[in-house]
Amino acid sequence: MTDVVRATPAGLLCDAGGFHVDPSGATPLAVITHVHGDHLKAGSDRYLCAAPSLAFVRKRLGPDTRAEGIPYGEQVRLGEARVSFHPAGHVLGSAQVRIEAGGEVWVVSGDYKRAPDPTCAPFEVVPCDVFITEATFALPIYRWEDPGIVVAQILHWWNANREAGVASVLFCYAMGKAQRILAELAALTDRPALVHGAVEGLVELYRAAGVRMLPTLRVSETAKGRSFAGELILAPPASGGSTWMRRFGASRETAFASGWMRVRGTRRRKGVGRGFALSDHADWPALLRTVEETGARRVLVTHGYADELSRYLAERGVVASALATAYEGEGDLPE
Amino acid sequence: MKAFAALYDALDRTKSTNAKVAALVAYFSRAPAGDAAWALYFLTGRKIKRLIPSRVLWDLTREVTALPEWLLEHCYAAVGDFAEAMALLVEHQSAAVGTGSDLAFARWIEDRILSLKQMDAAAQREAVRGWWKELDAGQSFVLNKIITGEYRVGASATLVVRALAQVAGVPQATMAHRVMGDWPPTASFFTSLREDQPSGEIGSRPYPFFLASPLEQDVEGLGGREDWLAEWKWDGIRAQVVRRAGEVFLWSRGEELVTERFPEVAAAARALPDGTVLDGEILAYRDGVLPFAILQTRIGRQKLSPRIFAAAPAALMAYDLIEEGGADIRGLPLRERRARLEALLPAGPGVFLVSPIVLAPSWTALAAERLQARARNVEGLMLKRLSSPYGTGRRRGDWWKWKIDPYTVDAVLLYAHPGHGRRASLFTDYTFAVWDQGALVPVAKAYSGLSDAEIQELDAWVRRHTREKFGPTRAVEPMRVFEIAFEGIASSTRHKSGVAVRFPRIARARPDKPAAEADTLDSLKALLQ
Repeated sequence: MTDVVRATPAGLLCDAGGFHVDPSGATPLAVITHVHGDHLKAGSDRYLCAAPSLAFVRKRLGPDTRAEGIPYGEQVRLGEARVSFHPAGHVLGSAQVRIEAGGEVWVVSGDYKRAPDPTCAPFEVVPCDVFITEATFALPIYRWEDPGIVVAQILHWWNANREAGVASVLFCYAMGKAQRILAELAALTDRPALVHGAVEGLVELYRAAGVRMLPTLRVSETAKGRSFAGELILAPPASGGSTWMRRFGASRETAFASGWMRVRGTRRRKGVGRGFALSDHADWPALLRTVEETGARRVLVTHGYADELSRYLAERGVVASALATAYEGEGDLPE
Repeated sequence: MKAFAALYDALDRTKSTNAKVAALVAYFSRAPAGDAAWALYFLTGRKIKRLIPSRVLWDLTREVTALPEWLLEHCYAAVGDFAEAMALLVEHQSAAVGTGSDLAFARWIEDRILSLKQMDAAAQREAVRGWWKELDAGQSFVLNKIITGEYRVGASATLVVRALAQVAGVPQATMAHRVMGDWPPTASFFTSLREDQPSGEIGSRPYPFFLASPLEQDVEGLGGREDWLAEWKWDGIRAQVVRRAGEVFLWSRGEELVTERFPEVAAAARALPDGTVLDGEILAYRDGVLPFAILQTRIGRQKLSPRIFAAAPAALMAYDLIEEGGADIRGLPLRERRARLEALLPAGPGVFLVSPIVLAPSWTALAAERLQARARNVEGLMLKRLSSPYGTGRRRGDWWKWKIDPYTVDAVLLYAHPGHGRRASLFTDYTFAVWDQGALVPVAKAYSGLSDAEIQELDAWVRRHTREKFGPTRAVEPMRVFEIAFEGIASSTRHKSGVAVRFPRIARARPDKPAAEADTLDSLKALLQ
């Protein structure tokens, strides 16, 4: 029997359903797990995503994009396949794609995490025959602390910088991580945070979806020459080396919130003072637990440390192999 | 342990010099003297030698985590640091985190870590396994660094001295001298540092070495030729000979005592008057300077056989006198120190030689002399301002090293390996090869010379052009050519190519050159002369 989903140069293809999952190029029908840049690419004729993701797809690809949102759990028929979206817990609207075809159930996880996140629906275990899992952090050195502890550390860092009278610039991915931090902080303080324009546009969509976060103010809307002493500023990592940063003063403190910060070497390479290991991906124990809980008899692994996770699973008697996709790199993936 | 691990973390996570000094000042002001003494010991790069090999800890990590060896290797490659990888891997085993963190640092070292020396391997493993359970990842990391002797800190010795000088209220140069050399990491030693007159005798301590900076400007810009002393830049081991209180101490620049490695130098030093300190270079010497490769046969050997002594006799090429009659004369101008040095050491053959002055009357004539450097087995020229005092550290302006241009070879990138530290999980360590009868033979490993942007580009290229994986190492398609610079070449039986190059680094990428046009092993061997 042929595989329900297979790797092609354009990405994962489901022949029976006539669609690709998170294609890297132009396809007739793109089924999207979430809107991060390496999963959602422009150029396909038509897009299908989980309902809460639709607003983000339109924001990324334009309001005229032919896109449709399907509520979590609702089955739609695509060709010979039945397809449904299930929460992945990665960012708001992120989904695993369940595909039923030829008497088998396949699940494409997309990116996912098992840790609690106040901004999105928690990961749902979807029983399946074949599970295609991500492996961004699939090494046993990656174990996340309770996010509550990490967020308390962020607040502590901000408070210390406030006392010292300097700005706290926290780099984090504009989609998902920034809103998660703002939502977690909202439980601890009500001081407003300043945000980069790229973050604010997405914060608005999160607010529209009913996520409670700290009050935010766009940096570019503040008065010229304003002092940022004591403020918290959330900015995407790419703004780090730019002239945009100068306004926060030479004595500003910088930090980066990402799972990669678990390792000193990556933290030092990013050239930031502090690293907070806060990730939207599953850590090593969560990956193993998830693979087991799905009950899958076969596991395919993509992204990052795919070779390592599949070999480890195979040695433990799981039928597992790495699936070649266009996503490359066990190095510093954006998360 | 908690306070010291926190200090390590504070030094590690800031790039600001002032913040580092502030963290050190805060630690040294608050820590009990016994803890502070050990902290200073490690912060100044001292080690407790041969406690437990990394290998044993690594095996213990495998046992504790029950993970396969290959997976641990991949973890190590991603982290780039043994001690850190082990700490991250065993952290979740810590059922009783915190119970060990309140124990004083001196107690950790003296009652626990030092006791490892008396234990057999099984007892050592049990002890470390127990300690890991009591510490969080940051503290385990520091523990692992100490017991494997790989401790390095995010603060230079200069910053540590600056902070201590501030705490004690004494000038930095005074403090720099006080913490040099051999001292016991005890509470009383640390307390003595803070007193106006340290009660302990200066004893064996060398002076902080004065270091030269590479000359990057045009030599004419230094001013009048007559204001400068020119010497050859010797290619050996920089050392101070300390002759005090009837004893002789030989210190290398890494502040390591090497007295026993060079007994002929030590024996000759006994003839020096008491209260003398010389600065110079240990060389392999017989009727002239022998190549560094010959001196190397005496480094890293536990036992020195008569054969080795005969094959690589050592001498000291002295170029400065910094203590005379028990007085620190570093403040005198070089012109005066040099005159006293020449008066002290008789001319003629012997173990002590005085570094000859290169007498070229003009900069142009001197530049011509520099071209002879390679034939003389030296690295180039040293230029020292005749009016300069003997400074500390690498202070620019008075001492310059004017090295000869390196050899270069165009070689093909063959293997890439993930780097260490801040380069972990990036492919930054490269093996380069040249052609030999139609095949590529590895000749050099190089880690430095590329910019961050070039490293990023090459890292992505390596991932896309991997032919084969050997653990974390990638064999890549032989397509990319780089110009590799190196300082010397010697024949070697330990290398497949038959040659070993010294200090190889990447001079530049050669995108214009196809791999087929890279250099050959024969052209490399021609440099052996």
